[in-house]
Amino acid sequence: MTDHRTVTQLAAALRARKVSSVELVRACLARIEASQPALNAFITITADQALEQAEAADRDLAAGRGGPLAGVPIGHKDLFCTAGVRTTCGSRMLENFVAPYDATVVARLKAAGAVMLGKLNMDEFAMGSSNETSYFGPVRNPWKTDLVPGGSSGGSAAAVAARLLPAATATDTGGSIRQPAAFCGVTGIKPTYGRVSRYGMIAFASSLDQGGVIAQTAEDCARLLRSMAGFDPRDSTSVDIPVPDYLAGLDAPLAGVRIGLLKEFFDTGLDAGYERRVREALAVFERLGARLCELSLPNIPRSVPAYYVVAPAECSSNLARFDGVRFGHRCRNPRDLIDLYKRSRSEGFGVEVKRRIMTGTYVLSAGYYDDYYLKAQRVRRLVAGDFERAFAEVDLLMGPTTPTAAFALGAKSADPITMYLNDIYTISANLAGLPAMSVPCGFVDGLPAGLQIIGPHFAEQRLLHAAHCFQLETDWHAHVPERCA
Amino acid sequence: MNARNTHSATRGAQGAATEQGHAWETVIGLEIHAQLATRSKIFSGAPTAYGAAPNTQACLVDLGYPGVLPVLNAEAVRMAVRFGLAIGARIARQSVFARKNYFYPDLPKGYQISQYELPIVAGGTLDIVLEDGSRKRIGVTRAHLEEDAGKSLHEGLAGLTGIDLNRAGTPLLEIVSEPEMRSAKEAVAYMKKVHTLVRYLEICDGNMQEGSFRCDANVSVRPAGSDKLGTRTEIKNVNSFRYVEKAIQYEVARQIEVIDSGGRVIQETRLYDPDRGETRSMRSKEEANDYRYFPDPDLLPLELDAAYVESVRAELPELPDAKAARFSAQYGLSDYDAGVLTASRELADYYEAVTRGVPGQPKLAANWVMGEFAAALHKEGLEINAGKLTAERLAGLLTRIADETISGKIAKEVFEAMWASGENADAVIASKGLQQITDTGAIEGAIEEVMAQYPAQLAEFRAGKDKLFGFFVGQAMKATRGKANPAQLNALLKKKLPG
Repeated sequence: MTDHRTVTQLAAALRARKVSSVELVRACLARIEASQPALNAFITITADQALEQAEAADRDLAAGRGGPLAGVPIGHKDLFCTAGVRTTCGSRMLENFVAPYDATVVARLKAAGAVMLGKLNMDEFAMGSSNETSYFGPVRNPWKTDLVPGGSSGGSAAAVAARLLPAATATDTGGSIRQPAAFCGVTGIKPTYGRVSRYGMIAFASSLDQGGVIAQTAEDCARLLRSMAGFDPRDSTSVDIPVPDYLAGLDAPLAGVRIGLLKEFFDTGLDAGYERRVREALAVFERLGARLCELSLPNIPRSVPAYYVVAPAECSSNLARFDGVRFGHRCRNPRDLIDLYKRSRSEGFGVEVKRRIMTGTYVLSAGYYDDYYLKAQRVRRLVAGDFERAFAEVDLLMGPTTPTAAFALGAKSADPITMYLNDIYTISANLAGLPAMSVPCGFVDGLPAGLQIIGPHFAEQRLLHAAHCFQLETDWHAHVPERCA
Repeated sequence: MNARNTHSATRGAQGAATEQGHAWETVIGLEIHAQLATRSKIFSGAPTAYGAAPNTQACLVDLGYPGVLPVLNAEAVRMAVRFGLAIGARIARQSVFARKNYFYPDLPKGYQISQYELPIVAGGTLDIVLEDGSRKRIGVTRAHLEEDAGKSLHEGLAGLTGIDLNRAGTPLLEIVSEPEMRSAKEAVAYMKKVHTLVRYLEICDGNMQEGSFRCDANVSVRPAGSDKLGTRTEIKNVNSFRYVEKAIQYEVARQIEVIDSGGRVIQETRLYDPDRGETRSMRSKEEANDYRYFPDPDLLPLELDAAYVESVRAELPELPDAKAARFSAQYGLSDYDAGVLTASRELADYYEAVTRGVPGQPKLAANWVMGEFAAALHKEGLEINAGKLTAERLAGLLTRIADETISGKIAKEVFEAMWASGENADAVIASKGLQQITDTGAIEGAIEEVMAQYPAQLAEFRAGKDKLFGFFVGQAMKATRGKANPAQLNALLKKKLPG
């Protein structure tokens, strides 16, 4: 039977000893196993290890010890390194790669008592918006299994939507938390760049990648983020400022909060039904006392092309280490060094990864660097400047997370440009390093729609507060796909 | 390749002719790689010690494991700033680490982290002393921080390549000169100057055998008087002063011959083969990598404020040129002696400790430190700080010369005994009975003994054969086993021999 309880509810039940972690974990594992043929949300399921951790959590809880997440089952996107458990990045290249260490996010959640049930499916090296680029096969959308769950954190979003798990880690480089959260009807937060350590998170585009959470509610996101966030001396880009208690003040009144509607997010590309759901959500905020105004960020339309220069450039360099020499896939019987490189990489990487490596290599090449990479960096500063001006006038920006609800498997995989445009509303927050969320805001033809909330740097608390207030007024986040109910 | 053999056969003569700069002018710029003497690597906590078993000093960051990130070593930054301040360069308030992308098995990440557009140090100078004693100022374009790669090993692996990543991530300071040197000798003088400086600053151990200090030489030639640069070649990874000199001389002669025989110098990278005494083409410009430099997104720009730079400046030691000038002024030494004694901080410190132990005798101390002491070290291949003969002990010996307990000649004998036994000067003098004889009676006794021993010579001397005076000096000195005070002996002989 499906367990609809949130992390908040489960953590309380565990602490009150109304349920044991072992019971919870057994139930989750059973649902995960049963769901795999239809959803394929997991790449690796760590049942034995999870039960051991659950037993340890139960002992801690019985002794009145244990961290804030003691005994709570979670899953990790399969690009967070986990000591002793393989980390594939959704790629043949790392099919058998076992990291000798835990990512900082993994270590912190472990220290908080969370129990890992397995590693979640994703687009290969987080490059994709549909989960179709995974070497381990696509994840399917729990609302309708011939649709994509979004990507790249498709496994994380689908698992939470199907209530296989109450929460999962995820990462967002251009929308990889928010877009699948929107497609699957769950809540996801991409924190400010630098808020969560990237140490142990296998890099796609280092200046854009940020770890975060997908859960049922904003309150759950706050609960997990509280344990994940914070300065890490092993990540030079993590920021050394204190982590506030994200749970504090979630219930405070919303009156007086200034919300800006991004004109560019309500352009002609936005599905009409989707727009209605978003406008209805905005009306809820208005009812709660927020003040709405429309804003224009003129450089936003330039975000997608700039992103598809910067992200591939960084990826082409980040993925150079997968050369068949020390770890990862190595071709059989290489003739010489060049053959080893060529065949190991040709066999190990999928089409989309290769496309981005080639794009990135091209834009960094002598003679093209100024026209592409430097220009893209300038656009990035312009976009950041737009946001800065906007946040001088409003506290939060809101709009749709995606232009449409989930699309069909295979519908866009032949045309990379159409696929890339799916991230049109999410990419700008990554370029500017801003925190952003997606919150369920209703359904379009039976499929979930997502409201995107963007805030200034390190305003996670403000985002979570607004989202929580919305979720106290609405129940879109509590809807569960019929097949999973 | 016939042409190449010809170069080989004639390079000595041409090199010499070129050095005189009649028809051709040589233009040389050096890129020196100084390994910074930090305990841990530039972006990881792994140790940097040399000579460990392969891959035992490489952590996950050095191995380029998925998910790991670099963290800049603050000590490497401090060392780079020390160097920049010592050459009067600008210390960048903001410098940027970039990725230099290329595939190589001993480059684990597929890129090297280096500084490209915004280096930490820019625009300094160093003065070198030319053979004629004049000074020449050489510009240092920039110095930047970067990580070293690992090593590929081929020996004993039968057709396989072994990878040792112990060196991967070792901090390097790449010091790039302006193309302002005009001969191999100038290049060597510059390289030595940098070598002296980095050791003074204690930022590099300067060990060239272990590759801690090595250089790439950019060499071109042009008709004397031309102000247009010729096409250059780059000689990679030369790790001795002698090889740098020979490699440049060979390369200059080769380029001149290429041009003289109607050819064109090709811009390329060359390797110096010390066994064959020649440079060989490694790769041409066309084959060169496009390194696709871009700022490393894993590292924030390095920002240094004025207070930090001043705190590093406050810790700078006295630098070689300043020290040499002070030695000349304070101790009355020649420029040459001052230069030799300040060639390393250890030697300078040793010299100063000796002079403190024998006040008022700076020249005596200089002669002995540069002479007997340096020769003895050299003979046994020892470093100054090996502790074989402390400055206090050498000063003790010089004190006995100064107070005329022993002569300079006897002192050399005492020095050898001290070197061998480790005893102090007074103990050696006493045990060997080497104190100088200054007792007039004793010297007179020896003279009388010699006069009695050589009556015939005495008669000849008295008959006018003046040059026999020297004979008597020698015999009398021998009779005292060399210990007679020479001035006293002379005076007494002059008094006694004429009868």
